[in-house]
Amino acid sequence: MFDIGLGHYLILGATIFTIGVVGIFLNRKNIIVILMSIELILLAVNINLVSFSIYLNDLSGQIFTLFILTVAAAEAAIGLAIIVVYFRNSGTIKVQEIDKLKG
Amino acid sequence: MIVHSIFFYIFSIIAIFSAIMVTVSRNTVHSVFFLILDFISISCLFIMIGAEFIGMIMLIVYVGAVAVLFLFVVMMLNVSQQKNEWLSGEKNSNHIPIGLLISALIFFELIIVAGGWKYKPELLGSFNSMGIDLTTTNTHQIGNVLYTDYIHLFQLSGMILLVAMVGAIVLTFRKREGIKRQGYFRQISRERKDGVELIDVKSKKGVKIDV
Repeated sequence: MFDIGLGHYLILGATIFTIGVVGIFLNRKNIIVILMSIELILLAVNINLVSFSIYLNDLSGQIFTLFILTVAAAEAAIGLAIIVVYFRNSGTIKVQEIDKLKG
Repeated sequence: MIVHSIFFYIFSIIAIFSAIMVTVSRNTVHSVFFLILDFISISCLFIMIGAEFIGMIMLIVYVGAVAVLFLFVVMMLNVSQQKNEWLSGEKNSNHIPIGLLISALIFFELIIVAGGWKYKPELLGSFNSMGIDLTTTNTHQIGNVLYTDYIHLFQLSGMILLVAMVGAIVLTFRKREGIKRQGYFRQISRERKDGVELIDVKSKKGVKIDV
């Protein structure tokens, strides 16, 4: 209980990952919250990588965390740009009303 | 040790609570604030565990750039009509129990994986790792490795950032009608014979210049 090990960090990462997945699955209204849930998922992956890197005494996990940070920042910028363009064209970002791809 | 574990529990409980609040909060601005709280508590955990550089970079990149970008977009779009109402949709479709079931399955699979890591402790010694040298700082070690072994990946991530920047600008660029704008190409490709016309003006006749 009071001896924090690798398992504690893994369980924390699994919990945050699952919360992000729930946020994607059950979101009905707002597509920005879906992007935030994706950020949460990437954060959980970062937790796993950093804790493995520390407990396995290997530095490459932290390097990969840096690359994941880069990709997450790029993905957030592109995703928000797409949302802005979509809102400008159709006037809504509700998940239920985004059905143009269904034809 | 006790203090370390108490701090771990405090930060992780704050992180999990704010992650839940990101998804269930009705106001999107509140979701962004809880996202910031989540990033801050996780970066505190990283600093506690000994990865100071990653923790600080997470503070800078996520809180300083990504979350502020989210705030900007939330405030640009009309958020007062876009309340986040999950689990309370008007027609209660059947995707909510299935979504919860699949999420619970994912969670249990992840827990099983974490437990399996615990059940097989000899995995821990079976890696030929780079090793973390405790005599130098974390930032120093990352710099030593990042600019030598991982230089191609590093430059490639710079390319990713460049492409993302160009893509965001191209996506949100909008040509407006009715505003004066400088046309570089027309300006440069203009020649003398297009702009200047020599007219021989007769004396006392004047000249007519409508073209």
